[in-house]
Amino acid sequence: MAGETRVAKAITPKSLSYAQGMPRHHLALFAAFLTIAVLAPFFLYPVFVMKVLCFALFACAFNLLLGFGGLLSFGHAAYFGSASYIAAHSAKVWGLTPELSILAGTVVAAFLGLIFGYLSIRRQGIYFAMVTLAFAQMVYFFALQAEFTGGEDGIQAVPRGELFGFISLEADRAIYWLVLAIVFFGILFLYRIVHSPFGQVLKAIRENEPRAVSLGYQVNRYKLATFVISATFAGLAGGTKALVFQLASLTDVHWAMSGEVVLMTLLGGMGTIFGPIVGATVIITMQNYLATFGAWVTIIQGVIFVIGVLAFREGIIGVLSRKIKKPL
Amino acid sequence: MFELLGIPPQALFGQLLLGLINGSFYAMLSLGLAIIFGLLNIINFTHGAQYMLGAFVAYLLLQYLGVGYWGALLLAPIIVGAFGIVLERLMISKLYHLDHLYGLLLTFGLALILQGLLRNEFGISGLPYNIPSQLSGGQNLGFMFLPNYRGWVVVASVIVCFGTWFMIEKTRLGAYLRAGTENPTLVGAFGINVPRMITLTYGFGVALAAFAGVLAAPIYSVNPNMGAELIIVVFAVVVIGGMGSILGAILTGFGLGIVEGLTRVFYPEGSSVVIFVIMAIVLLVKPAGLFGRTA
Amino acid sequence: MKKTGLIVGGLAASLMATSALAQDIDVKIGVLNDRSGLYADLSGEGSVIAARMAVEDFDAASKGINVEIVSADHQNKPDVASNIARQWIDDEDVNVILDVPTSSAALAVHEVLRDSNALMLNSGAATSDLTGEACSPNTVHWTYDTWALANGTGSAMVQQGGESWFFLTADYAFGHSLERDTAAVVEANGGEVVGTVRHPFPGQDFSSFLLQAQSSGAQVIGLANAGGDTVNTIKQAAEFGITQAGQSLAGLLIFLTDVHALGLEAAQGLVLTESFYWDLDDETRAWSERFMEAKGDMPTMVQAGVYSAVLHYLKAVEETGSTDAEPVMAAMKSTPTSDPLFGEGEIRADGRKIHDLYLFEVKSPDESEGAWDYYDVLATIPADSAFRPMEEGNCPLVE
Repeated sequence: MAGETRVAKAITPKSLSYAQGMPRHHLALFAAFLTIAVLAPFFLYPVFVMKVLCFALFACAFNLLLGFGGLLSFGHAAYFGSASYIAAHSAKVWGLTPELSILAGTVVAAFLGLIFGYLSIRRQGIYFAMVTLAFAQMVYFFALQAEFTGGEDGIQAVPRGELFGFISLEADRAIYWLVLAIVFFGILFLYRIVHSPFGQVLKAIRENEPRAVSLGYQVNRYKLATFVISATFAGLAGGTKALVFQLASLTDVHWAMSGEVVLMTLLGGMGTIFGPIVGATVIITMQNYLATFGAWVTIIQGVIFVIGVLAFREGIIGVLSRKIKKPL
Repeated sequence: MFELLGIPPQALFGQLLLGLINGSFYAMLSLGLAIIFGLLNIINFTHGAQYMLGAFVAYLLLQYLGVGYWGALLLAPIIVGAFGIVLERLMISKLYHLDHLYGLLLTFGLALILQGLLRNEFGISGLPYNIPSQLSGGQNLGFMFLPNYRGWVVVASVIVCFGTWFMIEKTRLGAYLRAGTENPTLVGAFGINVPRMITLTYGFGVALAAFAGVLAAPIYSVNPNMGAELIIVVFAVVVIGGMGSILGAILTGFGLGIVEGLTRVFYPEGSSVVIFVIMAIVLLVKPAGLFGRTA
Repeated sequence: MKKTGLIVGGLAASLMATSALAQDIDVKIGVLNDRSGLYADLSGEGSVIAARMAVEDFDAASKGINVEIVSADHQNKPDVASNIARQWIDDEDVNVILDVPTSSAALAVHEVLRDSNALMLNSGAATSDLTGEACSPNTVHWTYDTWALANGTGSAMVQQGGESWFFLTADYAFGHSLERDTAAVVEANGGEVVGTVRHPFPGQDFSSFLLQAQSSGAQVIGLANAGGDTVNTIKQAAEFGITQAGQSLAGLLIFLTDVHALGLEAAQGLVLTESFYWDLDDETRAWSERFMEAKGDMPTMVQAGVYSAVLHYLKAVEETGSTDAEPVMAAMKSTPTSDPLFGEGEIRADGRKIHDLYLFEVKSPDESEGAWDYYDVLATIPADSAFRPMEEGNCPLVE
């Protein structure tokens, strides 16, 4: 089976047809994810778990584009970060409720994704990566210069506000459930897209673009739609993150953030469903617990990159998936 | 008084010259990147770190072995180039059959490791490295005071860049190199050791970065992050010039240095982003870059 | 749950304190600073060493105060800083956060700690906003601030005849505020600002901006940037003969480690303001020698500030027998500060710690008698005029 060599290829239409619904082991894994996520805040520091969740969604959104669309964007921080700024600004200055703030951020990210995606999908491979990087650098520049973003101070002390105007989210354990809901349904939605007819066409394009064209598919439309969906969910993650940390800052739009999400996806296993979640968890945990060691965090991240590329190109989940011979 | 766009012409000349000096660094670095990409198909993200290593090796040679600037200018590229060869043999050579993406990610990781290690060892404040006594002082050009050393940077860079271009485009060795990238099997059949040639090419590209690093040491402080931000800009330069185009990399390097210099006068805040704006426009209009062959 | 436990424990401890017998108080000190980036040398591990020295000198163990020091790297990013601060106070029961250089990171921690049961004793950050309109009952700004540096260096330069200024400003919020504060001082002292140029942050090549400064003809070029940017600007100014041609440079935020990195050849003649220098008197020399043994470098004012702050904090803990933010802060503000490094001082109602500042001039290579012998004292700025008057800061804590 193809699934034994290349992870992404493993998801053959037959074994995973959209008509059949979710295969049992995926259902089990989603249930496990949900169970762990529900229990986690009682054992771990909730803000930390929320950070993991937000980045898991960000990485899953990125993975849709890279793992299933075959497009490496080196500028996804633009969507994550701009949504973060817009959500923070809406909540703090305009006093919008949290769900509307996040929505506002997401809409802006989707809109940016539409413009930048429209312009960049015509390019391929490294050129695509470079165009997306260029646009992201422009967004970074805008964030640095614009008044409302507060320069390097960022937008601080963002109120978490009250959900629908009456459920206070100020406590960590209160906002946690909102974050979990957003992330869980976000990931589920991305999963549905991958396993829809749309997702099948996407994979066909990735594997053999000329053939997809000859079959009559409007390849660029599919790519653009994927790009916009990816940007939108990256934005959803960014907007949510802004409310969790009550802060939007330049870190969110910097190119290093774009690199980080590549790292998470690669480490977990690109083109897998659960890989980005695992990758995000590992990276965030590492950053959190190694914070004391200063430059060692950078060094260890570098080592992960190197080992990942040389020995584990399939990523953690990719290797697991090969071992159990099932797509994960 | 006669003014051009609100700037006295003397000042404008000065700024153009400064832009050219910065362009010298872009040209040398993007040249190395273009050679590596052209011949190895690897996007060498470690380039910035290797540039930084060049400066550090120069510093260490002076501190521990008493080797001065001129010695370092020769030795540092050889040492760092040899290090590059080790990297190529041990790691990068394993990736030639894979997508570009993997080369990019591997070298990105290597850059993080190198920068992190040196940061642990030497801190971040920067280490002093003096301008060699033969090149201290400067010339009063009328419109500006040009430090001799900066003049030397332009001269050295022009010689190295066009020397390299000549070697690759006009000599037999260069012809082998170019042929080896087009069709390694065929060139191998002529009795040329293609893998070794590729290894040496990577070493040479890295040595160019180290050379630029030594040139930079006396004017920018020697610190572990000196290549980190630069690499992104140099990438843009290579892409604008056309990936893999040697002459394109050189000319775009100098050209963009000048464009950036002018931005510093008219819209200083924007000087960090102007190159990316140009890159986006060029890629949208001319996908293969200004001098690139259309794929 | 943990928080209430802490408060109850604190109350119990404060009750026990009245018996004046050996108390048993756990204090957790978090040193949050840059351990890998631009400010790692001026804060970093050195600040942790300074905090440890303070705990030893205070002899906390024999007074029944068990001090644990934790540290973390905030990478100069507000998001990382606020994240760690949050986790420290919510999850790890840290009582006081020290150092926190980088204004944006400091402001982020400042907001996280407001209304919490923990304090920030900030030694590393420059922004005077910490004790301005955004002041907080949980923050003390210990060592220096932008207003004090601008005031010290700015007025001294104008009085020496440097009346026209050109600013070379790092294009970010902190650079802008440094420029604004200094320009105000320059103008108040009868000088004028003839121009300004904003360079991207961080920068590498400043020659273009220096040339613009040169052609402005200003007598003084004010460097409203920090760290590596300042180091590179000064280096390149020497290279382009800016200082030789008669313009002087005013470094508005320069630390001992920057001068060390520059070397005296490039840094000589620079005028700057700091609140501490290792070679001020016998006591600072003795302390700095000990620091040198542990660290390998001489202490900066930021690291000295951490020492001084920890010492004063522990005194207040001993006095109140508590680690709760409110009583400890009240005790810190009501007791004058006194230590071998900064001498006598006090903490004002707005959270500003005041002490003497010094105007230094960097020695030439000939004048220097050895490693780290860098500064001549030009003047001492007395504590009462060194910092922004309380009524001008508009801090709501001041009635």
